[in-house]
Amino acid sequence: MEILIYGIVNSVSLALMALGFTLVYGVSRLPNFAHGSLYVTTGFITWLLLQRLGVPYLVAMLISLVLIGVVGAAMYHFILVRIRGMSISEIIASYAIGLAILEGLRWGGLKGTTHTLPVFANGSVDILGVVVDYHRLLVILLGAILVGLLWVFVNRTRLGLALKGMAQDERAALTLGIDSDRMAVMSMALGGVMAGLAALVLLPLGNIVVEAGYHVLIMAVAVCIVGGLGSWTGAILAAFLIGFAQIFTVAWLGPHFQVVVALLAIILTLISRPSGLFGRQKELEERV
Amino acid sequence: MEAVLESRRKERLDRGIKVRTDGIYAVSSWREIAYLVLPRLLLIGGLLMMPLLLSQAPYWQRVISIVCIYSLLAISFDFLAHFVGLVSLGGALYIGVGAYIAALLNTHFGLPSWITVPLATILGGGLCTLLLWPCLPLRGVYFAIVSLMFPLLVARIIEALDIFGGTDGVLGVDGFSSKWVEMYVLIAVVLLILFGLRRLVNEDLGLVFRGVKDNDQAVKASGIDVITIKALGVFIASAMGCLGGAMLSHLYMWAGLSQFALDFSIIPIAATVVGGGGTLAGPVIGCLILVPISELLRDFGTLRIAVYALILCGFIVFKSEGLMVYGSRKYQQFERWVQI
Repeated sequence: MEILIYGIVNSVSLALMALGFTLVYGVSRLPNFAHGSLYVTTGFITWLLLQRLGVPYLVAMLISLVLIGVVGAAMYHFILVRIRGMSISEIIASYAIGLAILEGLRWGGLKGTTHTLPVFANGSVDILGVVVDYHRLLVILLGAILVGLLWVFVNRTRLGLALKGMAQDERAALTLGIDSDRMAVMSMALGGVMAGLAALVLLPLGNIVVEAGYHVLIMAVAVCIVGGLGSWTGAILAAFLIGFAQIFTVAWLGPHFQVVVALLAIILTLISRPSGLFGRQKELEERV
Repeated sequence: MEAVLESRRKERLDRGIKVRTDGIYAVSSWREIAYLVLPRLLLIGGLLMMPLLLSQAPYWQRVISIVCIYSLLAISFDFLAHFVGLVSLGGALYIGVGAYIAALLNTHFGLPSWITVPLATILGGGLCTLLLWPCLPLRGVYFAIVSLMFPLLVARIIEALDIFGGTDGVLGVDGFSSKWVEMYVLIAVVLLILFGLRRLVNEDLGLVFRGVKDNDQAVKASGIDVITIKALGVFIASAMGCLGGAMLSHLYMWAGLSQFALDFSIIPIAATVVGGGGTLAGPVIGCLILVPISELLRDFGTLRIAVYALILCGFIVFKSEGLMVYGSRKYQQFERWVQI
């Protein structure tokens, strides 16, 4: 029972971490290796607003979400757009930006365990003999709501449909008057906001530390690769797969192996089914 | 997009002397010979002189050794990325494996450094190749991601299983007999490998390597096994990295988890981008620039990672050809504006 509940919590967390990454990759074919740093930055901005400037929690969250969206868009608009299509340069450049942000933050004083965000709701509840605190339950709820909202956004709004069109066939989208560069900027902004949302929901459970940035990046990449890059349903299913696998290894082998599971999952997936568990066959040729 | 029509364009023409020195006529006069030899002598002589020039500054002599180790790694990255077509973001794996093997051979079997370093090179190269073997069919982004994960994975496993000294690392590795030995061995190795590899990539094997990079279907159609060729490329590159790692562990008399750290993956890539990819000499020049900068910034802690990440980013976005390509273009061609 414990494994079931914490497995679900962990899986939803992973899905949250990965959604922004898979969104950006799905739309603009850009592996955004700065994803983890956007995640940490959101947490840090919120912390600054909340603890240093005394802004109310909800307002602080909104401001930092808007800011991180702008950061994501600016990153694409000013830097990454110049190397669009050169996939290796994209990886190296976005990874370098992410590194610069993370290590810059670490230099700027983000270290130790003093940076925390308050949980949304205190207290805990007893579910069938397992003690779960309210915030973890909220994570599940919010995660489900966010995924639902994203689905509605993509399938029911004009902008969402335009993004989807870009993802499916860029040239066809261009002929229908969808500006691919603008859409890519939008997707980066949205990806930033998704990373920010994940940070706001998940960070109150722990400290805001630079390492979280690398951790989130690894997890996001793991989930997306196992699920098949650019496939959303795949990403969510893969999040559950890896999430439960991690909880099992923690229960039986020890917490050290948590990251090992994710890394092994990436390697095994790429070796055995390079297009991911739910990826399309077409992409196989590009990978192998 | 501005609709300004350029009424002139830049024309680039090879210098006469460059054309003359391409063939056998290079030996026709001292001027032609000097044109060919001087740039190479500049690098060789410069590297060889460096320890002597810095003999008053022992700290910077150590930096020379570090530059050489990073150069090995950067050359191996350049070779893999631009000649075999495998972008390996995990140079730290090679350094770490080499360092651990050399350290273990030295502390457990008491082998001296002139045996452990070559052994670690060969064994480490083999081990890295074996580890990466299953990933070799992958291409492009996917190989990059997997190779980025490998050093993290190995470090985590060592930490989790608490083998090889766990988080403390392997202590008590022998140092070199003198700092001159360490510096000149490293410089000689870098120069040998640099010029050796430049030879290799123009031989038949180099042609096959580039074939794998540009069109692996064609290589397969010629009856050559792509995976074997890639494995050979990875072996050469990882052996170079392991050599660097083995030297490093003797240099610091220690092998530990930090040798799987990010520095070893990111500096060589930055150096290659700055120096100019696909030239093999470029990465060395890049290291000569970047590593001292990183040493100067050591006081600022992690800011140095941020700084060279930004340098890397700036170069890759705005000046992706790199210094070496830029320099050799200026050296070999002249440019002029012509009216259209």
